[in-house]
Amino acid sequence: MKTVSSLLDKEWYDRYKRISTLNIRSSIYDVTNRCNLRCKGCFFFSSGEHQVEEEMDVKKWEDFIDQEKGRGVNLAILIGGEPTLCMDRVEAFYKRLPTYCATNGLIKIDRKKLPDLMVGISLWGGGEDEKILRGRDTFAISSKNYAGDPYTYYLYTITPRQVGKIEPVIKQIVDAGLKVHLQLLSNDESVDGFSWQTSELKDLRHEMDEMLDKYPRTMISSKYYHEVITTGMMMGRRFGWNECPSVTESMDNRKPQPRRLIHFFRWAADLKTVHRCCTSATRDCSTCKDGAAHMSWIMVNKREHMKSTEDLKNWIEVYEMFAKLYSFIPW
Amino acid sequence: MPETQNIKGIIRKVAEIIIGELKLEDVTADTFNPEMDLVDELGIDSMDLATIALVLQDEYKIVIDEDDYPKLKSIHLIADYIQEKLTAKS
Repeated sequence: MKTVSSLLDKEWYDRYKRISTLNIRSSIYDVTNRCNLRCKGCFFFSSGEHQVEEEMDVKKWEDFIDQEKGRGVNLAILIGGEPTLCMDRVEAFYKRLPTYCATNGLIKIDRKKLPDLMVGISLWGGGEDEKILRGRDTFAISSKNYAGDPYTYYLYTITPRQVGKIEPVIKQIVDAGLKVHLQLLSNDESVDGFSWQTSELKDLRHEMDEMLDKYPRTMISSKYYHEVITTGMMMGRRFGWNECPSVTESMDNRKPQPRRLIHFFRWAADLKTVHRCCTSATRDCSTCKDGAAHMSWIMVNKREHMKSTEDLKNWIEVYEMFAKLYSFIPW
Repeated sequence: MPETQNIKGIIRKVAEIIIGELKLEDVTADTFNPEMDLVDELGIDSMDLATIALVLQDEYKIVIDEDDYPKLKSIHLIADYIQEKLTAKS
C-alpha cells in the first residue's frame, strides 16, 4: 500500500504535514450588487446574479456571518459587485472569519482597520486589454493604492490576446512590490477575440512556466496548476460540471457525486439566495477557466495523486499555493 | 460483549470499511496497521472521513459528530470512539 511517507523524502513530507490538517472550508459571498466598473465578460452582471435585493442592515450581515462560522466556514471569500463599496460589511467578515477580499483596487482599504486582510486585485491584462474590457486601465490606480502591501496580490486574468505578452505586466507588478497569481479569462459574454483556441492555451502554458522560473518570488503558482488550467485535464479526467468541486452544496444534485468542497455555498447579497457555483450558472462548465475551481479540483483529489511521488509533489505544490493565496501559510 | 463490539472486532470492521470505501489495494483487514495515521500516512481528507463516518454510523447505529473528525486519526482511535459511543448507548 502506498503511503505518504513512502512516496516523499523528509523535506516534502514536512511540507505535506504543514498543510495536511488545514481543513480549509471556504464559502463565497457577494458583498454587494454594485460595482464601480462594468467589465465586458463579467459573469456577475452578464448572468443577472446581481438582481437580488441587497441586505443593507449591517447587523443582519453580522448575524449571518456568525451563522456561517457556526456552519464550519473558516475562509470567507468576498466578491461582488465591488466589496470595497461596502467596507462595513467587509469589516464584519474580517472581525469574525479569516477573510479574503477580491477587488478591482480602485478603492484603497484602510489598513489601520483591516491590517492583514488578504486582498486580491483583479487585473485583466495589460493597459489596452483593460481599456477594452473594463473601460479603463485600473492597474495605474490599483498599483498606487496597494504598492508594497504584504497582504495584497494581483489576480491576473489572462486573455487570449495576452499570450506572448504577459512578462511586461509581471514586471510592472514586480515594480509595484506586489505578487501575482494567474488565471485565464472565461469569455462569458462572448467578446470577439477573447475565446481560447487550443494552440493559444498550449503557448500560454509554456509562457506561464517561464514566468514562474523567472519570477519565483513574485508568482504564486505551480507548473502543475498551469498544466491543469490550460489543458482542462487532471489525471486523465476532463474538467466540467461532472467534476467541478465548487458547486453550492444545497444545489448539488449530481449523481454520482464527485469529490467536492465540503459545505461550500455561494451566497448572494440578500443573504438568502444561493448561486449554483463559484462563477455563474450561465457559464459553460466545459470551457470554464476559473482558477480557484481548478485549484480546488486538484486539492479535493488528494488520494488520486498518491499514485507516484511526482503526482503527490504536484498536489502539495497546488495546495501550498492555495494556502498562500488565502493566507493560511506565509508566502 | 459480542465480537462485533469488542475492540478487536471493531478494529477489523473499521479496517474493512476503509479498505472498501477508499478502494485500497495491497492491504487487508489483517495487515492494516491500526495505529497508522490516516491523514499523515494514508492521505485521507475530510471528505474521505465523512464518507467513512456515514458507513460507520449505519453499521453501528451511532452518530459521529463532524467536530470529532480531527480526533479520528487512526483505525484504533476510530474503534475506541465507536466503542465509547456503544457503551454510552447501552
